[in-house]
Amino acid sequence: MKDSQHKLWEVFVQAKTGAPHEHAGSVHAADSEIALQNARDVFSRRNEAVSLWVVPSDQIVASTPEDEGPFFDPANDKIYRHPKFYSVPKGVRM
Amino acid sequence: MSQEEKLKEFERKIESGEKIEPKDWMPENYRKQLIRMMSQHAHSEIVGMLPEGNWITRAPSLRRKLGLLAKVQDEAGHGLYLYSATETLGVDRSELIENLHNGKAKYSSIFNYPTLTWADIGLIGWLVDGAAIINQTMLAKSSYGPYSRALIRICKEENFHKKQGYEIVSKLAGGTKKQKEMVQEAFNRWWWPTLMMFGPPDKDSPNSAELMKWKVKLNSNDDLRQRFVNLTVPQAIAVDLKVPDPDLKYNEETGNWEFGEINWEEFWNVVKGNGPLNKERLKVRNDAHDRGAWVREAAEAYASKHSSLN
Ligand SMILES: [Fe+2]
Ligand SMILES: [Fe+2]
Repeated sequence: MKDSQHKLWEVFVQAKTGAPHEHAGSVHAADSEIALQNARDVFSRRNEAVSLWVVPSDQIVASTPEDEGPFFDPANDKIYRHPKFYSVPKGVRM
Repeated sequence: MSQEEKLKEFERKIESGEKIEPKDWMPENYRKQLIRMMSQHAHSEIVGMLPEGNWITRAPSLRRKLGLLAKVQDEAGHGLYLYSATETLGVDRSELIENLHNGKAKYSSIFNYPTLTWADIGLIGWLVDGAAIINQTMLAKSSYGPYSRALIRICKEENFHKKQGYEIVSKLAGGTKKQKEMVQEAFNRWWWPTLMMFGPPDKDSPNSAELMKWKVKLNSNDDLRQRFVNLTVPQAIAVDLKVPDPDLKYNEETGNWEFGEINWEEFWNVVKGNGPLNKERLKVRNDAHDRGAWVREAAEAYASKHSSLN
């Protein structure tokens, strides 16, 4: 029988309250409870986290690098979304 | 994009210092080299727990036991960060672990040497982790994003490893005559194998040129080795230990500590599997893995029972 390494979970760590959860790496675990415990043991041995998320890796939907052009492109020609596009009378502080 | 354009874009990124991420196009050999190197690194963290784990139950005080336990636990964590980073390249962890267990994959040869006395634990922290820090500080700037991020995490934890080792060494070196002899004897055994940890001289290192071209490695083996010697010799002098090298001398002009000839025959011999403990290490790893099989099976059974209840 092939040895199971369990399913893969992505780990997100919040370093302190107010900060966003950031991707830290991944762990293997049979279920979400063990995944969370493993994530704590692997990514927070020195108080690196106040909160942890674990997400089954196969549940993450990601863009691909090939998308980089067409997928993100529309933003590039919409300079009117940036403050620089607009002018105000001289001397007025915004 | 054609293959050629993809390669150009890849090389441009490397050149400008941008990181390569898992889904980016990369040359097949870049992927292969990374999988080989990163999994070797992961295996080294895991096997590296064995020589030190050997002394946990015999640590001379509670303070020493706590420190050693925490360090060995960190090494397990390092192994896991690195396996997880390697998996981003599209390999499965079970495959990597299988290759370790059947002897196909390599790990750092230093862990095939025995830990004969308590002083060896000091020497491993001071020298082996010290050498690893130099190597890993470079690799933290590596061009592959997940490898670089794992190493930044690892580097933060390594300093404590080295310091706890050096504390053991300095206490023994300043202790009784017997303690001093014990630590000097251990130093004599660990010094040369540690210098070998940086790998063969640049001219005999088959993978080095390619790894440096792709900025997986940023310094050569010989450069890193020299950096280690320059850093470590003054630390030995500070605790009155003699470096076991009659040819060691300081070069005023270059600021380098020049050292004697390394016995590369010994190095290749251990790499090929004939070191003092190659077989023993693999056997212990395999036994531990096999003994844990029922735990993995139980966890799977529990998980599938609960998901079918939901
Ligand atoms: Fe480590
Ligand atoms: Fe370490």
